[in-house]
Amino acid sequence: MNTAIVASLLLLMLGFAYQLGWSRSRNMAVSGVKIHSRPAYHASLVAFWALLPALLVLGLWALFGDTATRTYILAQLPTEITSLTAADLEVTIRRIRQIESGFGVVGEAQTYENSAAQALREFRALTFAFVVATAAATGAVGLFLAQRRINPRLRARNEIERIVRVLLIGCSVVAILTTVGIVASLLAEAFRFFTFVSPIDFFFGTVWSPGFSSTGAGASGKYGLLPLLWGTLMVAAIAILVALPIGLMTAIYLTQYATPRVRGIVKPIIELLAGIPTIVYGFFALVTVGPFLAGIGSALGLDIRATSALTAGVVMGVMIIPFISSLSDDVIRQVPLAMRDGSLGLGATQSETIRRVVIPAALPGIVGAFLLAVSRAIGETMIVVLAAGNSPFLRLNPGEPVSTVTVTIVNQLTGDTDFASPQSLVAFALGLTLFVMTLILNVAALFIVRRYREQYD
Amino acid sequence: MHMPTDKIVPQSDLYSRESTTARTPDENPLPVRVKARDVSVFYGQKQALFDVSIDVPEKSVTAFIGPSGCGKSTFLRCLNRMNDTIEGCRVSGLIALDGSDIYDPSLDPVELRARVGMVFQKPNPFPKSIYENVAYGPRIHGLARSRSDMDAIVESSLQKAGLWSEVKDRLHEAGTGLSGGQQQRLCIARAIAVSPEVILMDEPCSALDPIATARIEELIDELRQNYTIVIVTHSMQQAARVSQRTAFFHLGNLVEEGPTDLIFTSPVEKRTQDYITGRYG
Ligand SMILES: Nc1ncnc2c1ncn2[C@@H]1O[C@H](COP(=O)(O)OP(=O)(O)OP(=O)(O)O)[C@@H](O)[C@H]1O
Ligand SMILES: [Mg+2]
Repeated sequence: MNTAIVASLLLLMLGFAYQLGWSRSRNMAVSGVKIHSRPAYHASLVAFWALLPALLVLGLWALFGDTATRTYILAQLPTEITSLTAADLEVTIRRIRQIESGFGVVGEAQTYENSAAQALREFRALTFAFVVATAAATGAVGLFLAQRRINPRLRARNEIERIVRVLLIGCSVVAILTTVGIVASLLAEAFRFFTFVSPIDFFFGTVWSPGFSSTGAGASGKYGLLPLLWGTLMVAAIAILVALPIGLMTAIYLTQYATPRVRGIVKPIIELLAGIPTIVYGFFALVTVGPFLAGIGSALGLDIRATSALTAGVVMGVMIIPFISSLSDDVIRQVPLAMRDGSLGLGATQSETIRRVVIPAALPGIVGAFLLAVSRAIGETMIVVLAAGNSPFLRLNPGEPVSTVTVTIVNQLTGDTDFASPQSLVAFALGLTLFVMTLILNVAALFIVRRYREQYD
Repeated sequence: MHMPTDKIVPQSDLYSRESTTARTPDENPLPVRVKARDVSVFYGQKQALFDVSIDVPEKSVTAFIGPSGCGKSTFLRCLNRMNDTIEGCRVSGLIALDGSDIYDPSLDPVELRARVGMVFQKPNPFPKSIYENVAYGPRIHGLARSRSDMDAIVESSLQKAGLWSEVKDRLHEAGTGLSGGQQQRLCIARAIAVSPEVILMDEPCSALDPIATARIEELIDELRQNYTIVIVTHSMQQAARVSQRTAFFHLGNLVEEGPTDLIFTSPVEKRTQDYITGRYG
């Protein structure tokens, strides 16, 4: 359907309806009667009621038009074609649509295909005209009814407010529904996975070797979550060990010691770190940090691999620094100045004040920041894909390569995937595990931060 | 932060000079604890205080009164160098505690603030227990040698602040859970706990109801036996009730200071007269 034409028609109608509503209510206002709502509200109301039915018609077509077209195509085909298998039929329909759109097809087009495409072309032109005409007509009806309602006592303003509220609710519902949808599909697919592998083997298994779906291994692979979970936690822990002290100290420096000028320069630079794409961090880890750490390791007589939990963790820690520093910065800043003055006024030094008053007062907020950072670290993918070495074994040594939940999801879903095999379905079970973990961390963080907020109100 | 005065008067001369502020003679003056001469304060380019000179006698209450924005808090904060924490604030002139310059570079402001305590306008207990609030100062300055020492300090401070009987059973509950008046007395106890010599109070009752205010005023009157107290207040009645000496500030100048009863009955300056009779302010 020609979107540009439809859009401009809609705009035209909108403008016309608004103008009509405006001039009618305007005349009424000028004639001296006291009107409840200002003309702009009347005009918006008319425009809304003109647009709504038209949009509904278009929406219905967008929803069901495709099915209708499909039915029409099927009706054009000879019976020996329609009695084909579903997959072959699909191919034929796709070919006909491609011919119709002028896109062309692979191989010679059959005569029945060509004639069906020709019929489809006419059908499309007809339905397009019909749908647009219907939309315009219903719009006109809406417009007519709405403008007839204009009178001094019409509460157009309240009605517009209600409409705006419904629109806003609608938008947030979209966000909520998306989340619900994602969770539901995760749950459904994970459930399918658990029909192949028992949850106990999955959650408590210590061996990860899923095999390949092409070999048709079925349930013969081993799907133990623990090596992946261990890798995830180890990398996240290393990242936090790097990021927490540095981020917190940075926040303390910026809030308590730095002059406004230094702050104005340093803060944006640190926040720049947060803007670097994670893939860039990834190859920074791979090319620079990994070999560097390996070099240090061999100088100290330790065996540190270039791609290891350590490499990924350290680089991820650098990535999280701005996250921790700016969140802590906010909560430290929220500690009332009176608290600091009270401590200084008792003869405490600045560092005593920070250690004994400012940090304890900001602690719940800092813990919240910490938990959010952990959930960030657990969900991070790109850095570990490149730098953790992808080796799903239970190993204690952080200098060895590991694999994480996120990396494994990537591995299981790239390449040829068949969404009926446990090899790819396991990705959903892993995703669900990850989701639940970060959800718990986020809820805990929110809870702690909120409790802290109440303290100084 | 200390700027040497650009006056020709050497520091020693500045110190021994009498205060030139209009003042009515005092029959039996108490020994002077805090002495200020030609103190000016600048916030950036803006001058907030102009050549303030005053003597604060020991074991008495001195009240600072004056219209809003006249520099009372600014001057009060000079006395324990809390102005140091304000960006762009500059102090010139001389302020001496027991004869030694508190802005001397060799003097540690941290030590000074242990000697000159401060109670703020809004009660600001730390988000810790009542006990920990009071123990905070002594702990930092290492005043208690043992746990029982600390208990004794906490108890006697709370006693002096008139809060002991109300909180003795809930010492380990949060200080922020007390009522406003109790919180302010807790802050006073906290200040007393480090045994300061001078206590500065910046409108300590402005956030309190009349009953809590009366309680604090009583307390100030008791504390006067052992401490030198400077209090900023917007209430003329409060100044008259609790103070022995009163200083009237106006537009950054110290207009007049003297015994409270004389300031309120027969002020020398017309501006003082106008202010205390409510003609402006
Ligand atoms: N931090 C600051 N930065 C800049 N100017 C300040 C600052 N603090 C105070 N001032 C200015 O200094 C002057 C004196 O302020 P100060 O707070 O000492 O007044 P005050 O007498 O205590 O008033 P109030 O009775 O309202 O508390 C005012 O003009 C004020 O605007
Ligand atoms: Mg003030």
